[in-house]
Formats: sequence, structure tokens, C-alpha cells
Amino acid sequence: MQRFSSPKHFFEMSAKLIPWFAVSALLLGVYGFYMGLFVAPTDYQQGESYRIIFVHVPAAWMSLFIYVVMAISAAIGLIWQIRLADTIAAASAPIGAWFTFLALVTGSLWGKPMWGTYWVWDARLTSELILLFLYFGYMALQSAIEDQRTADKASGLLAIVGVVNIPIIHYSVEWWNTLHQGATVAKFDKPSMHIDMLIPLLVLAVAAKLFYATMVLVRARNEVLYRDRNRRWVRELIEKL
Amino acid sequence: MNGSEFNWSEFLHMGGYAVFVWTSYGLTLLMVVVNIVSPIIERKRVIARVKRAIKREALREQNKS
Repeated sequence: MQRFSSPKHFFEMSAKLIPWFAVSALLLGVYGFYMGLFVAPTDYQQGESYRIIFVHVPAAWMSLFIYVVMAISAAIGLIWQIRLADTIAAASAPIGAWFTFLALVTGSLWGKPMWGTYWVWDARLTSELILLFLYFGYMALQSAIEDQRTADKASGLLAIVGVVNIPIIHYSVEWWNTLHQGATVAKFDKPSMHIDMLIPLLVLAVAAKLFYATMVLVRARNEVLYRDRNRRWVRELIEKL
Repeated sequence: MNGSEFNWSEFLHMGGYAVFVWTSYGLTLLMVVVNIVSPIIERKRVIARVKRAIKREALREQNKS
């Protein structure tokens, strides 16, 4: 475990993994967008506007998924003092924030034609906005605190406490009256969606996860270089560049 | 109209929702591009910073001797 979580080992391993993740993300992404825009039928209620679902829902799922990964990594870093886990958490935050932003904006662009408004202060939208602020808070603590260990502890604690928001977002459409529609895919009986709509949605959800896997490794490599900038292995590596 | 040919203008029109649909897809593309470019720039910055530090320390060593 010590060896596998050493930053130097991570740096070598990630270089091998990145191209695989990147290529599969690209292939699935192109296939998913092709299916979503050209093959999936028109929705009988929402017309063509429903096609926003293919970017909105994967982005919203990623905003939650990345937050959970970030909080678990931060917890591992806090409890077992594994520095690489803190690095993964720090590298996840900006990507998660971007996906959250995208989920909010595309949701708003879908809300205007369907609900007649870009924004309402209901439970789903508000809790998703709070998620964006949790990411911002994590990033602010990371950059504001000079000492890296202290920064990891403070931001990690925020990430862990913020996990309470995740079930709130998920169940918000059941617990409160809301304009936002309920779950159509993640429920126990059969998803209430046409198969030609469901396939591109799921393909794009996987593509988004692979994109995150690629980018979190790329960002974590930068983070590792920066954090170990005074160590010999980084010095030797950079002198060769 | 040729039935077998794909109707691009109808496709781009998106049943009247073109602004909402294409803005959403455009922002998604922008988000992907920004997320690819920004870590590449960051990597260059980190490497330049470490190189400067190495130079500075080498200079200090020289001045000592």
C-alpha cells in the first residue's frame, strides 16, 4: 500500500492509464452524442427540447459522483494520512465544480421552455446550487491555506461534512413539492423511458465518468509535481524535461 | 423533398428549441475544452516554477563557494 500510494509510483502508473481512459471517453462520447442527436426519437410531450437531457443528466450525476469520490478520498487522507488520497480529492474539486455548473446551466436552459422560468428556488435546484458552493468552499480552503497538510485537513473536513447534501439532492424531488421531475432511470422498477433514449443517456453517463477519470489523473499529476516540488524525484524528472 | 436525405435545417431548428438545445450542447463542449486545456497550462506553470527554483538554488550554491 505504501508503495502503491507513493507519488512517484502514481506518476508512472497514471501515465499508462490516461491514454486508455481518454480514448474510451472520446469514443463513447462521440457515439453517445450521435445516438442522442440523430437516432433518439422526438419526445411526444417535450418535442426536441428534451434532448438537453443527454447533457443535463450525465452532468448532474457527475456532480454527485465526483463529490462522493472527493469526500471519500479526503476521509482516507484524514484517517490514514495517505497523501495521494488528498491529492485525488484536490484534483477532483474543480472538475466536480464544472460538472455542477453545467448541470445548473443546462437545467436552467431546459426549464425556460418547459416550466417557463430559468430558475425557481425549489429543493432540487437550491440543493444543487449548495453543492456548487461546497466545491467552491473546498477549493477556497485549498488555495487560502499556505501549509499543505493544514489545507488538506480543513478542506477535507468541509468535504466530509458536505456529504449530507448528497442524499438531500437525490431525494429532494420526493421529499418536497417541486417543478423538477422525479427519477426516470435510477428507480427500482423499469425505467420509464424509451430504449432509444435510454441508451445514449447511459452511454454518455459512462463517457462522462471516463472523462473524469482521465482529467482527475491529469490534474493529480500536476498536483503531485507541485506538492513534491522539493523532493529529489521531482527535481530529477523535471531536469530531464 | 428527398425522403432518404437528412434534413439539416430541420435538425438545426430543433423543433423551435434551437437556442436552448444548442446553447446547452455548446456549453458542454466549452466545458470539455476548458477542462482539457487548463491542466495543460497548469502543468507548464508547475514545471517552470520548479525549474526556476532549481536555478535559484544552484546560483546560491555558487555564491557560497
